[in-house]
Amino acid sequence: MTRLSGQNLLLRGYVVLVFVFVFTPIVTSFVFSVNSDRFPTIPLGHFTTHWYETIFADPDIWEAFRVSALVSVSVATLATFIGFCTAYTDYRYNFTGKALYLSLALLPPTIPLVIMGLAMLALLARINMSGQIHSIVVSHVVLCAPFAMAVVRMRLAQINPDLEPAAWNLGASPWRAMREVIIPFCRPAIASAFCLTAAVSFDEFAVAWFVSGLNKTVPVMILEILQGNTDPQINAIGSIVFAISMSLVVIAQLIFFRKASAPTTTGI
Amino acid sequence: MPIVIWQLVFFVFPLIFLVVMSFWLVKNYRMVPGWDTVNWTKMYSKGYFWDTYWRTLAYAMIATITTTILAFPCSFALAFKASATLRRWALFFLIVPFFTSYLVRIYSWQIFLNDNGIFNRMFDYIGLGPFHLLNNFFGTLVGYLTLCLPLAVVLQLISLANVDRNLIEAAHNLGCGRLKTVFLVIVPMAKIGIILGAVFTFILSFGDFVSPYYLGGSKPPTLSILIIDTTKSGQQWPRAAVVAVTMIITLLTIMFASVSAAYRKKP
Repeated sequence: MTRLSGQNLLLRGYVVLVFVFVFTPIVTSFVFSVNSDRFPTIPLGHFTTHWYETIFADPDIWEAFRVSALVSVSVATLATFIGFCTAYTDYRYNFTGKALYLSLALLPPTIPLVIMGLAMLALLARINMSGQIHSIVVSHVVLCAPFAMAVVRMRLAQINPDLEPAAWNLGASPWRAMREVIIPFCRPAIASAFCLTAAVSFDEFAVAWFVSGLNKTVPVMILEILQGNTDPQINAIGSIVFAISMSLVVIAQLIFFRKASAPTTTGI
Repeated sequence: MPIVIWQLVFFVFPLIFLVVMSFWLVKNYRMVPGWDTVNWTKMYSKGYFWDTYWRTLAYAMIATITTTILAFPCSFALAFKASATLRRWALFFLIVPFFTSYLVRIYSWQIFLNDNGIFNRMFDYIGLGPFHLLNNFFGTLVGYLTLCLPLAVVLQLISLANVDRNLIEAAHNLGCGRLKTVFLVIVPMAKIGIILGAVFTFILSFGDFVSPYYLGGSKPPTLSILIIDTTKSGQQWPRAAVVAVTMIITLLTIMFASVSAAYRKKP
């Protein structure tokens, strides 16, 4: 095959352009979080940590971070558990209505967040559960469980399907086989599902904004600052949030793609 | 089966409740249960509602077409011209933005696009402008692209990477031109990924309120802005529910149509 190098060069340039477009806002946010000007534009002012100092001195922001951390850890725990159970059910059993079951499990990300927010708010308000931290948690679990399920299911697809029945034949109870065969095998997936769902929950603002009431999470706080004026504090908060979610995602990736040492099947 | 119970209680049930609520009445700022179609007739008889509806639909369509077209050369290049290592890194870096705060990214675009922003300073430097880039559809579109472009590239890339190379070779050997091969061989084989990318772009931009609000200036509104305004100002939740249910029906129709198109075998 002959290739026109001009064409290839053009394509390569285009790919770079797409990545520049995707990463420009992320990098910009970092740059302006340490820039001195009140109204961010070019030319840049001088380096400052002022915006970070302001937000660290703000008790509201600490409170928002506390709520966010609490929410994302609870969400990650619940969503990962539910996601694992769904993935395992899908992997192990065949039953009528499975298609419906799976679409129920995977549908939430296709409903616009504003609508989920409104629906959750309406229902939770009706049963007097709105405006509390656990109202954010339940809503986020709905949104995050599908991600956890997808990650665990990918891992289960790699398991040797005979391993579990072998354990049963050797006299392990279903529960013991689960505990000593399936769970160790899925451990990396479970850990990365935990990190991913925590990251998703940590960044989610629309549903949280509807149901949170006075318990603001960090993204809800950003949303409210954004409704006011331009404020470089957003860049500082955003950079911190970015650093946190990114560490979670990177950890998740590292765990998931690390060449896992052979699945431990000790005790059998 | 905990997920069934959980999703029933906290996913399906709220949505059903949304439908039910759209028939309720608001009296003295309080919702009263009932079966009255007044919210539906009120909303549907407003020209304002339909203007917003068609506008949102058009925005989402334009966003879908733009994103699909802009994403394709990129995913094409990554699928066919890049090494496996580069492709893996590219995938990783395309997934990264998904986990960064969308709000902060939109705020960053404000810094670029506003009348005194970075772009206009640059244009000024070379003697052009100023251009109004913010508070219009251009701004909104930049936001939609920020949200959807990485996802569309990922989905297209996965599909393109699975295209059988032998068929491309065969097409070349049979004298099919380069561009013709792309459109007659590669695109049809990667159809599922391309359509899935488009569907997700449509879903995301149809429901997004951040871009049209903070980059598009919120006027004229889109349906999701309408929902927020109706919910947050006063107690007109049933009417917001009417808008929401209309949106869900629209989305389901479009999703169903495109997914069945994606998986339909060519006769």
